[in-house]
Amino acid sequence: MLTTSNKDIDMNLKLIGGAAAIALASMTAFAGEGAVAEEYKWLTFAVFGAIIAVTMYITWWAAKRVHSTTEFYAAGRSVTGIQNGWAIAGDYLSAASFLGIAGLISLYGYDGFMYSVGWLVAYITVLLVIAEPCRNIGKYTLGDVLAFRNDPKKAKTIAAVSTITVSIFYLTAQMVGGGILVKTLIGIDYEVSVIAVGILMLAYVVFGGMVATTWVQIVKAALLVTASILLVVFTWAPYGFSLPAFLTAVVGDADVQKQVAKLLGDAATNMTPEELGQRFLEPGLFLKSPIDQISLGMALVFGTAGMPHILMRFFTVPTAQEARKSVIWAMAIIGGFYVLTLFLGMGAAMNVGAAGITAVDKGGNMAGPLLAQYLGGGADSMLGNFFLAFVAAVAFATIVAVVAGLVLASASAMAHDLYVGVVKGDHATPQEQVTAARIASVIVGIIAIVIGIMAKGQNVAHLVAMAFAVAASSNLPAVFLTLYWRRCNTNGVVWGMLVGATTAIALVMVSPNMTYPQAVIKDAKAVLEGTPAKDAVEAKASAGFICELFAVCQKAEPAKPAVAAKPGAMEKLAKVNEKMATLTDPAELEKAKSDAAKLEKDIKKAEGDLKKFEGQTTSMVGLEKPFFLLKNPGLISIPLGFLVVVLLSLFTRDRRSEEMWDELYVRQNTGIHAEGAVAH
Amino acid sequence: MTQTTPNWAAIDTDPRFQALHAKKTRFLWGLMIFSVIYYFLLPVGAAYYQDLFKMKVWGPVNVGILFALSEFVVAWGVAGIYAKRANREFDAMAAEIVRNAHNIK
Repeated sequence: MLTTSNKDIDMNLKLIGGAAAIALASMTAFAGEGAVAEEYKWLTFAVFGAIIAVTMYITWWAAKRVHSTTEFYAAGRSVTGIQNGWAIAGDYLSAASFLGIAGLISLYGYDGFMYSVGWLVAYITVLLVIAEPCRNIGKYTLGDVLAFRNDPKKAKTIAAVSTITVSIFYLTAQMVGGGILVKTLIGIDYEVSVIAVGILMLAYVVFGGMVATTWVQIVKAALLVTASILLVVFTWAPYGFSLPAFLTAVVGDADVQKQVAKLLGDAATNMTPEELGQRFLEPGLFLKSPIDQISLGMALVFGTAGMPHILMRFFTVPTAQEARKSVIWAMAIIGGFYVLTLFLGMGAAMNVGAAGITAVDKGGNMAGPLLAQYLGGGADSMLGNFFLAFVAAVAFATIVAVVAGLVLASASAMAHDLYVGVVKGDHATPQEQVTAARIASVIVGIIAIVIGIMAKGQNVAHLVAMAFAVAASSNLPAVFLTLYWRRCNTNGVVWGMLVGATTAIALVMVSPNMTYPQAVIKDAKAVLEGTPAKDAVEAKASAGFICELFAVCQKAEPAKPAVAAKPGAMEKLAKVNEKMATLTDPAELEKAKSDAAKLEKDIKKAEGDLKKFEGQTTSMVGLEKPFFLLKNPGLISIPLGFLVVVLLSLFTRDRRSEEMWDELYVRQNTGIHAEGAVAH
Repeated sequence: MTQTTPNWAAIDTDPRFQALHAKKTRFLWGLMIFSVIYYFLLPVGAAYYQDLFKMKVWGPVNVGILFALSEFVVAWGVAGIYAKRANREFDAMAAEIVRNAHNIK
């Protein structure tokens, strides 16, 4: 017996080492052009290699400790509150929030910062209503919580379907975002980085289960926070760590003023530079629709608590008290991080400039990395490139850690809820359960890689919105009402989840998040051929609240001033080329050349769009333009999810749901008979 | 000690459990409603009270920035208040019920 397990460990070690080697080797081999200069690529790979080595050591160490189901899914419930707090932060701070929010702030100022608030407030719901009760009555999954008093097979099936749906949406967005990110930073091919992320994540999950996943997330969160604090110290120190002094510099910065003028267009003509700079600190440059904002806020505040990979983290701690402590720590880390993004974003706006940031990535995702490069001494310096490499490696670790958490959550839904719970009727040996968990992880991991590659170049913005909206409209109402409402029953939960999720998905499919070929073609033509002069348009009054949500009647539209005709890129390029022939001053010539290069890039993109959407007139679901006018469906789908659970529960009876209520309510409040920690 | 099943219905109606339930429910709903309202004041303020948000109060620092920063402080504050109350009061009340769980018939 002993020799077998030693052999197993030996075998595991080889496989883990192999996975790391493949991931790193494929990355070095396929490195093309990226933000990191060619002569400093080795630095990037050294940092990447070091981080991968650390995580692989963790996996090897964890693999020796993962034998039982509880160890695989819940790290033996022996993670401390502080550790779990860091791991939650590691699970939650995805590349989108790490790079995306700093980017939004660097391009749009105040609105970007405002956007970050909801991601923290979301944890209030987790803390007050979800974490402790779920820890007290649950085992490994959302399905366990719902099956406590509802029909176990039905509850587990619907919970597993919902968990896998949410995870796959979120996971695809992470894979696609991650692939693009790594390509932009260090020039590795998209497919290669998706496969590298997939292999690493699979190694963590399959060999190390929740133990390895937890520690990878802790390491990643620590790296992320350290990197951010260092960058903020360097950015803020010149201003004596004074908020007004720092923001005065932002307001007075020429790049910032230029960016605001660009965003405001004709409205900026009568503003002084001082006013333009100050405008950067005021709302309204990015978020235009308050209703959409509130809808997004609802999805965040209620969706986070329904995210299966976050929920799963509370089963890793020994008691409800530790679960509480872990949310407090997570809130301190996550909130602190988002406050730092204010300085990262504003610092990048000032030091790198919006033009420099968007030149590398249109969405602004490169603001943080480019700020790091600047602070280290710029693109030609060793330290600058080391900083950039470090931030790039942290971003990569971020994607891998978040994806690992999601894969583990969906694998547990597949193996524990569906296979063991539904198919085997809870009769499976411990060995069978662990094997099922590992096989499910491999299946989900491969699905993630395949979807990641298939979704190359696709618009995935809607997937994150969908993941949060489904979690908020399906998982949260079901869990919340199961835990707190005596009358709640199986029918309510099953139908509420179905209706909530379907509504959320359907509304996103007909929302502005999707790609509408006619709009893309029109934009591309406007870039190429320019736009004719337009007369001023008077403001239109809304014909009612419903018109702000659906394209069935006149929605409110602000007045638009008259616009002069604008030349297209073709015309502009011809002029620049003409001018270039007459220029002699090298500085001017250089500028003209870069202008021409930029125009050529725009033209190429517009022509590519025209070709891609040639002949198409409707979106994926056959619409010419959005029917639902908000980007986030939460405003409608969340109340609907709750309503269906309530109505069905009121009008149907379910004996088990009623009989189990006393036990559930006592146990969720007191922790009697809660699953204990595994003794080592 | 092997686990015997406590009488759940009896515990549920026990005055000590009812006291815990009543205190917790009131406290949690209060905190939750306050947090949600305070959070949504931010997008509402940014959309409909722009003049207020644009008012400069500390160099270039305006009401909007201070309000957004206050959201963080309030979220941490709510978490702190809950943790303190739960650690001090709810945990002790629950522990008392757990100790007597098998005697409540």
